[in-house]
Amino acid sequence: MTLTSEPGVADGAVLPAVRAGALDAYAIRDEFPILSREVHGHRVVYLDSASTSQKPRAVIEAVDAFYREYNANVHRGIYEFGERSTNAYERARVEVARFINAPDSHELIFTRNATEAINLVAYSWGRRNIGRGDAIVLTEMEHHANLVPWQILVQERDGDLEFIPITDDGLLRLDVYEVLLRVKPKLVAFTHVSNTLGTINPVREMVDMAHAAGALVLIDGAQAVPHVPVDVQSLGADFYAFSGHKMLAPMGSGALWARRELLEAMPPFLGGGEMIREVHLRRSDFNDIPWKFEAGTPAVADAVGLGAAAQYLRGLGMDHVRDHERDLLAYALDVLPREVPGIELYGPLDVDQRGGVVPFNLPGIHPHDVAQVLDRFGIAVRAGHHCTMPLHERLELAATARASFNVYSTRDDIDALVAGLRQVQTIFEG
Amino acid sequence: MDDLYRDYILEHYRRPHNFGVIDAPTATYEGANPLCGDRITMQLGVTNGVVERVGFTGRGCAISQASASLLTDEIKGKPLVEVTKLRVDDVLDLLGIEISPARLKCATLSLDTVQHAIADDPPGGGAPNATRAAAAETDA
Ligand SMILES: Cc1ncc(COP(=O)(O)O)c(C=O)c1O
Repeated sequence: MTLTSEPGVADGAVLPAVRAGALDAYAIRDEFPILSREVHGHRVVYLDSASTSQKPRAVIEAVDAFYREYNANVHRGIYEFGERSTNAYERARVEVARFINAPDSHELIFTRNATEAINLVAYSWGRRNIGRGDAIVLTEMEHHANLVPWQILVQERDGDLEFIPITDDGLLRLDVYEVLLRVKPKLVAFTHVSNTLGTINPVREMVDMAHAAGALVLIDGAQAVPHVPVDVQSLGADFYAFSGHKMLAPMGSGALWARRELLEAMPPFLGGGEMIREVHLRRSDFNDIPWKFEAGTPAVADAVGLGAAAQYLRGLGMDHVRDHERDLLAYALDVLPREVPGIELYGPLDVDQRGGVVPFNLPGIHPHDVAQVLDRFGIAVRAGHHCTMPLHERLELAATARASFNVYSTRDDIDALVAGLRQVQTIFEG
Repeated sequence: MDDLYRDYILEHYRRPHNFGVIDAPTATYEGANPLCGDRITMQLGVTNGVVERVGFTGRGCAISQASASLLTDEIKGKPLVEVTKLRVDDVLDLLGIEISPARLKCATLSLDTVQHAIADDPPGGGAPNATRAAAAETDA
């Protein structure tokens, strides 16, 4: 199969958004059409990227071109559009696999999001490998997406869950982890970067500890792939799940990477077309990986968009992305306590151990009210429990407000947040 | 939309009416809105079918606190049968502000909690002080 070139960034092209080895976030902003809109008469200050990211023109155009120029089902049509569609879909797989340095693009399965990727493992690998009394080790900081599927699994299979606790600063207690591994868990599953506190967990060290104890490791990379360089080989993970929509790609795109021998030994997740080689009335032979796990017509345009997003981010350079967001984080952690009296900040203080996520509270003011007032000024932050209810319970917080960054975030956004928070205080303390 | 945080709403938030526990309640219920972490405990003192005393405790956003403050004022001294007839629109009228769908649960938590308290302790029956958490079905 020849891979024809579809819209995107040419290899080696230098983007105007990277200058002198650093990101020019203002130039990047211009590449995101939605960010030039106004909200309630103000410029958009989008600080909810941990929830979902905005999309650059390169991604929007790749999706648009798919529908305008070559929409057809994949792996079926023996005609021009069908071939182009199949090529673009498989080329996107190569692009995304390369983005996380997967050794083999056939180890990359397209899913709707990180949640589906984790559920795929819980259902397919989990049902075959978790039995009575088998333990799975998770952490107190997991997103519900990396908690509930395991609860369902161990309830069904009569297994056990154990949890690595956190320090008050939001770091994992590796001393306790070491002890938990003595129960010989079958699986350790944890988030690479916390969506609530920003904590960047020491993945390599934790993977090595798990492997030494005979456990496999699933990493929830939903908050890592968009923000830090991810190399699944050097991390040593067995399963790595992430969402496309948080990494500048369309809603409804995501992926699971896993080592080939694991995927080959796993039973299928969903049954239907595309995932079979031969179907008889009473039994079927399943397709090779990755298609074995991609039953039915996939979200082709969204996968093509995910490929374009990976290409776009590769063009920026994930080291640059990380440096940019660490700078913003350091700036935010510096100005917020100085300029917003009484603000409470949570999460690790060391910016080297933390992604661009800033959870906070204003004493005496509910985060919903904070978010609602900020919205008047065109500022979008998340308020609530961010799908980490057990973590909030652990920190004895009913809810928090959260500002989070992406490549298009700027210091101006943080300055706007500071000004907005002072307005909130004026209204509520007035 | 600037009408949301009107002075009287903020006034009720800062100094809510009927805030605190009451003596010998005939009905108690803790309601929660897990989505935003709001929690309110409502206590009623019903005598001869009339809500003679009412008190609430708990924490929440300005909208949920103001609505609890206004609602407790409203039901104090009212016959229970009238209180059971209160609808969401009545609470929105009490608040007198435009509530977006996203904040509707904040506005109606107090009414839900009062109604649960009454349902748990029907007049002339039921155990006093029955406390149970209202687990809402929603999640993010
Ligand atoms: C750490 C983490 N894991 C998993 C998810 C689930 O992502 P999705 O909703 O795209 O499946 C999220 C999204 O908020 C997340 O932050």
